[in-house]
Amino acid sequence: MNILHDLLFDYTLRNVALGSAFLGVVSGVLGCFAVLRRQGLMGDALSHAALPGVCLAYMLTGSKMPITLMLGAAIAGWIGMLLILTIIRRTRVDSGSALGIVLTVFFGLGVVLLTVIQKRNDANQAGLDKFLFGQAAALVQEQIVTMGIIGGVALLVVAFLFKEFKLVAFDPEFAGTIGFSPNRIGTALTGLLVVAIVIGLNTVGVILMSAMLIAPAAAARQWTNSLAKMVGIAALVGAGSGVTGAILSVTQDGVPTGPAIVLCLSLCAVVSILFGSAQGVVWDLVRRQRSRAAMEAPR
Amino acid sequence: MSSATQIALVALAAGIACSLAGVFLILRRMAMMADAISHAILPGLVAGYVLSKGPNILVGFIGATAAGLLTVVTVEALTKSRRVKQDAAIGLVFPALFALGVLVISKYLANVHIDTDAVLYGEIAFAPFDTLVINGQDYGPQSLWVLGSLVVINAVFLATFYKELKLSTFDAGLAAALGFMPALLHYLLMTVVAITTVGAFSAVGAILAVALIIVPPVTASLLSTRLPAQIALSLVIGGVSALVGYGAASLWNVSISGMIAVVLGVVFFTALLAAPRNGLVAQALRRRRQRSQFATEVLLVHLATHEATPEQAAESTLLHIERELGWSAEQSARISHNATQQGWVTYADGSLALTGEGRRVATLVAER
Repeated sequence: MNILHDLLFDYTLRNVALGSAFLGVVSGVLGCFAVLRRQGLMGDALSHAALPGVCLAYMLTGSKMPITLMLGAAIAGWIGMLLILTIIRRTRVDSGSALGIVLTVFFGLGVVLLTVIQKRNDANQAGLDKFLFGQAAALVQEQIVTMGIIGGVALLVVAFLFKEFKLVAFDPEFAGTIGFSPNRIGTALTGLLVVAIVIGLNTVGVILMSAMLIAPAAAARQWTNSLAKMVGIAALVGAGSGVTGAILSVTQDGVPTGPAIVLCLSLCAVVSILFGSAQGVVWDLVRRQRSRAAMEAPR
Repeated sequence: MSSATQIALVALAAGIACSLAGVFLILRRMAMMADAISHAILPGLVAGYVLSKGPNILVGFIGATAAGLLTVVTVEALTKSRRVKQDAAIGLVFPALFALGVLVISKYLANVHIDTDAVLYGEIAFAPFDTLVINGQDYGPQSLWVLGSLVVINAVFLATFYKELKLSTFDAGLAAALGFMPALLHYLLMTVVAITTVGAFSAVGAILAVALIIVPPVTASLLSTRLPAQIALSLVIGGVSALVGYGAASLWNVSISGMIAVVLGVVFFTALLAAPRNGLVAQALRRRRQRSQFATEVLLVHLATHEATPEQAAESTLLHIERELGWSAEQSARISHNATQQGWVTYADGSLALTGEGRRVATLVAER
């Protein structure tokens, strides 16, 4: 009961739990489309690609306001995304290589810019890299509100274009023949991923962001064959893991929030792959065992 | 040896060792596996630290390599279970391992100095200070020895298994049928990638190690379709970018590993735009040429169809053709100019007429 009380009234825990839960919902929903379109690792590449944007936003404005840095991250993420899509669509380079190139080159540029900022020697720059390595424990109300607005808009877009997104995720050729532009809708969908990433950088950081997108979707996929249900389950898994991770990190000593959330998510994914009602590995084995027994049974 | 020369040599060795390891990885479309392996290094180092109850370079190296291979095996097991696709499997495994590493550090090894940032960025500038000392004798920077050995190991690996790797990469079925054991080769290659990443990260950081593994071979594949040329090109690109990146970083006094990655990016995007056959510019030019050639052929066939018919005069005016084929004035001017230049039509009083040669081309096109 104590935890419940703290969840509502303890300022830090409430903020961390709210922020993480919200991130869980947004990344869970958008992750479903990414995983179905085999763009799971796009999240990893784009979160790395955001670093130079954060640095440039700080260098140009001198402000560490979350909204400024988020805008910088979003622009860099968008540019990274457009480059990746151009490389994949226009050359024979495979998608993994395209992701890897944009990831490492943008991140390298970001590291260069970080050293430039450090050399300028103003005291204000301290902690800029924290923006990228996540510091959920330091989330303040203002950030939560910003995250809420941006993420809410992204979720609304998904709700409005659900039919179109579904079509492009499962059958882009058919979408093309009935007059939708699969490239344009695909770009919009990937662009929404950037939104989830920008929200997530604050909370779990660059490296763990890809798990926030992939794990809820991979877990949800094991329980259902309907996209609407999958999106709902992924949102629940994301939110649940977010809150659990937040509680663990605040109540236990020396447990950082980001890794706690990601380990919760990984556990959900493993359990779902083993026991998921739609395609769980264990049920498959049981079924096979049973049919073998039925075959061998004397008539 | 001055420290600048030492750093340059370390960078060069990293560039060559990583490019060698990357060539077949890229051809097998497994670039992101290198990224996953590089992130798994952290928990591997932590495990090595816990097992040997303190920092031990050899145990750390083995632990990190083992963690890299564990990543590969887990990703493949998940993919084979067909519950998740390969990209999702990669994205599930390495964040989980990385999160585990961070958790163990902050929970149990809080007083130990394992800098997570340093694992990612690396600091090649410190390479000259970390020297290999045996029996009080100083043998120069340790990372130079490590990366130098990796250059030799990777070169020997490629030279020994070149034929087998080539076969199993381009036709795994045939390789298996001929008894070349593609699965074993696959794990050998993955081991090479893992030890290269682990060996390179302490000098140049995990991200740059991945950049050096992926970018040179992909750039080379844009420039040539022949495998030996691709290998040679990626060695040159990897080595030269490392040196140029180091030079630029010292000039502007910024992160060396970051700058090398930026130089690699510049080289890649230049190749993407300007590659002779597959570059974006070459593609655009080719498309434009084909479009204008097709339009010219349409013009010839149009004229040929109406030749020696009552409506020939009406159908042959430029204005009529423009309207019928939906061309803009500028377009039709360009196309008829093109056709005149080729000697296929003649132009007089706003009308076009086929020449003998033009009639022949039109027949050829119509028969095609």
